[in-house]
Amino acid sequence: MPVISYIQAVTQALREEMQRDKDVFVLGEDVGVRGGVFRATDGLYEEFGEARVIDTPLAESAIAGVGIGAAMYGKRPVAEMQFADFIMPAVNQIISEAAKIRYRSNNDFYCPITIRAPYGGGVHGALYHSQSVEAIFASVPGLKIVMPSTPYDVKGLLKAAIRDDDPVLFFEHKRAYRLIKGEVPEEDYTLPIGKADVKREGEDITVITYGLSVHFALQAAEKLEKDGISAHILDLRTVYPLDKDAIIEAASKTGKVLLITEDNKEGSIMSEVAAIISEHCLFDLDAPIKRLAGPDVPAMPYSPPMEKYFMINPDKVEKAMRELAEF
Amino acid sequence: MAEKRHEKLGLSDQDVLDMFETMLLARKIDERMWLLNRAGKIPFVISCQGQEAAQIGAAFALDREKDWVAPYYRDLGIVLAFGMTAKDIMLSGFAKAEDPNSGGRQMPGHFGQRENRILTGSSPVTTQVPHAVGVALAGKMDGEDIVTYASFGEGSSNQGDFHEAANFAGVHKLPVILMCENNKYAISVPVSKQLACEKVSDRAIGYGMPGYTVDGNDPLAVYEVCKEAADRGRRGEGPTLVETVSYRLTPHSSDDDDRAYRSREEVEEAKKKDSIITFAAYLKENGVMSDEKEQEIQERIKKLVDEATEYAENADYAAPESAMNYVYGE
Repeated sequence: MPVISYIQAVTQALREEMQRDKDVFVLGEDVGVRGGVFRATDGLYEEFGEARVIDTPLAESAIAGVGIGAAMYGKRPVAEMQFADFIMPAVNQIISEAAKIRYRSNNDFYCPITIRAPYGGGVHGALYHSQSVEAIFASVPGLKIVMPSTPYDVKGLLKAAIRDDDPVLFFEHKRAYRLIKGEVPEEDYTLPIGKADVKREGEDITVITYGLSVHFALQAAEKLEKDGISAHILDLRTVYPLDKDAIIEAASKTGKVLLITEDNKEGSIMSEVAAIISEHCLFDLDAPIKRLAGPDVPAMPYSPPMEKYFMINPDKVEKAMRELAEF
Repeated sequence: MAEKRHEKLGLSDQDVLDMFETMLLARKIDERMWLLNRAGKIPFVISCQGQEAAQIGAAFALDREKDWVAPYYRDLGIVLAFGMTAKDIMLSGFAKAEDPNSGGRQMPGHFGQRENRILTGSSPVTTQVPHAVGVALAGKMDGEDIVTYASFGEGSSNQGDFHEAANFAGVHKLPVILMCENNKYAISVPVSKQLACEKVSDRAIGYGMPGYTVDGNDPLAVYEVCKEAADRGRRGEGPTLVETVSYRLTPHSSDDDDRAYRSREEVEEAKKKDSIITFAAYLKENGVMSDEKEQEIQERIKKLVDEATEYAENADYAAPESAMNYVYGE
């Protein structure tokens, strides 16, 4: 099976979906001739032409809003926000419009748009090229939020997002784009949105996370294994709506739970995961729920030592896992 | 005998009678909604009164068999012309299950009906303008000969979504009519505190499209400019900004009291130009509508509105627990 990078999986999924369905098109800033500032849409303009790979004016609310209109007509737009940080001007379109179109029209209309955006830190992107923005949208029924960790998951979930009849926010970890590689089948497949995935079976502690932190947890688990600590790792993959059954099962399995997000801690995805566990698993827990997250400051600074201080990394994850195991 | 104005525009006597009847239907539904609101039977009304001529002039300039509209909350005339019925509107007023707009989920004035190509709308203003641009983009991609219409108030023409969507449509030369129904007030704030330019249509040049300001009390004037705008769109020449100037004859909504910010004299003066009166006069002066014909139309509409009101009042609400339905595809 070919080994490709996380971003190559994005491009492959887009290309295959555009080949498969003429209603799929992409729009965003620099997605056309340039192939995207990260090159996620590399080659699509040459293959599908300017009518289906649209370089838009620099205006995020229009990128989302025009896509939403096309989706209501019957297209399957894939809108790119150049950085997740720049999604803010489009929030009204996403929350007031896309999320509510099916509900407010009593199922008369629906809105099959996918909005892709690179998120996350560790690339010297400072405050406005590093943020995790998922928590803003994670209390908005009508939206789905997918945040894959591996190239295999990227391809299967992006295809599922494009074919989904409801709006999907598809957040790609930009540090993972070229750092993370993995086996990806050449053939067509989709993965279910709304389903978490056990990335490692274990008995002593449970780690629940998503995105790049999945890899940090997997690396730490290898080290802990040598010391006789067995870690169970659940990758949420879809952070909204959450896979409650999988969370409850994973937490109950070991009774010791570490929740990791790169976002700042308060009101994060992990706040809701913690609430689910405390509602359902109290009598299965052998330790307080532990959260590892970014600090509650506005966003990560540019200065490399400060960025490193903010970011989740393998050492922080390993330390937190050991502490939990020893509780 | 000299050619009549509507004949010069290619409209038959029957066309203009249909226009008048649709304008009057909008007005009479609207008036009934106020009565029902004041009688405590429906919680809310937001009006089209004073803008019927603009709406009907625009709707009749479109191809109502294939074009798409993204109306704003005052566009009762538009949605009636596009196929919604008095009964549909009353069902929405009473928030009943059969309301085709939303099944009673949204306030009145939040239109939407897929089978008639009326896009579903929300309350945050101007969000529908990029949607109309998106439909036009999709239609162009498919090689379909469709024009889209999006409307909004003059206050809303300050929103980013208006400017972003207008620019997008201009850059991509999309067949969109952006119609600002300037009724001189955004709730209480007059045009002078809304616009730094003289006219909303002055904004068109920034987006590479022509902009026209027309008398919003004259359905034929609005028809003429919208017809040319639709034709331009179909020829692939891009969008047009149309500003219709009229006057909001009612308070902003049933929850507003406009005595706080405008004089009764001003409102009375505006009522003299009410298009329901002036267009009826035009039709009579030109021998298109006799007094008997007008009476017949009035009676037909009264019956429709009465029947619609009775039906909607007695219709069922959706089951409370159906509030859980249709968050996602089922």
